[in-house]
Amino acid sequence: MNNEQHIDEQLWKYIDGFAAAEERTAIEELIRHNLDWKQRYDELLNLQQMLQQYTETEEPSMRFTQNVMDQVAMIKVAKATGAYINKKIIRGLALFFIITIASVMIFNLGHINWSSTGTATGSLDTGLDKVEPGKYLNSTVINIVIMLNVILGLALFDRYLTNKKKKATEL
Amino acid sequence: MMDTGHHDNEIIQSVLRGNQQAYTVLVNRYKNYAFTIALRYAQNREDAEEIAQDAFIKAYRFLNDFKMDQAKFSTWLYTIVTNTGLSFLRKKKQYNDSLDDENVFASADRIDSGMNANLVESKSKVKMVNEAIKLLSPDDANIITLFYQAEQSIEEISQILGTDTSATKVRLHRARTRLKEKMEKHFAAEVKDLYSL
Repeated sequence: MNNEQHIDEQLWKYIDGFAAAEERTAIEELIRHNLDWKQRYDELLNLQQMLQQYTETEEPSMRFTQNVMDQVAMIKVAKATGAYINKKIIRGLALFFIITIASVMIFNLGHINWSSTGTATGSLDTGLDKVEPGKYLNSTVINIVIMLNVILGLALFDRYLTNKKKKATEL
Repeated sequence: MMDTGHHDNEIIQSVLRGNQQAYTVLVNRYKNYAFTIALRYAQNREDAEEIAQDAFIKAYRFLNDFKMDQAKFSTWLYTIVTNTGLSFLRKKKQYNDSLDDENVFASADRIDSGMNANLVESKSKVKMVNEAIKLLSPDDANIITLFYQAEQSIEEISQILGTDTSATKVRLHRARTRLKEKMEKHFAAEVKDLYSL
């Protein structure tokens, strides 16, 4: 940010009343004793006064209100969005998952041999060794997963570029 | 329906109880501001009316979602107008037009030459300031309108634009800087007269 931009930012803070007490005092001193600050302040104050006095609202056509009310007559006020969400169902689902996770944990903790000395053979018998990953993870499934990841990645990249462009136009 | 001076929340409660006609009071009360905001996104009055009307209809449809204890009706309505305006721009694919677009400057030149002719007869400061606002991007023009015409506070503008107060202050500051540049570039003589008063 160059010096002029910094001065403008400080002066707008002062004019809008956003400056803290100490900042106000410092800015007032600068306006009193520094010609650049005084000149900038006068210009910005003029602009502020112009915007306060000379901006005007536009009026729509005479039929505007009638047009709105004609359309409003054909619709009903919708229920509040919150009314569509049944909190009992959400609580029920949450309870189901908590009970499931707690049951699995309690079951497994109950089957641990706490008195053993931690040998390699002291593992939980989860039956996972009987699962055959190769049966399910064939080339088709892997390709589908890769495609989904590529699509997701492209969507995220597009979102990133859109946000970047949006920020650039705002500046 | 005449504006009986009732508070917005009283009117809203009346509408929610089934008094549809009471909504007329709210429309009449805020139509000018809504239309002015819509004009920041539209190229012409017809499109601006369409945006403003859509916004009022959406506001009516979702009136049950308006939280009276958390915000003013005007703030909520201007949020809807702003979002409707942005959707309109996206549909018209005008949002990506940059300020360097030749058409923008061509129209500015037409405005400028027209203004000079008018100003020979009468110095219309009002027209100059408002024409300069029209030369801004929709986002800059909107924030100037919300702050100076719709008299929304920084916090309310932050709610409308979906930003935090620091970002809003920066955007307002930049909008005013660009407005000043536009005025000095396209209405140099008139600005000089104003500064000399």
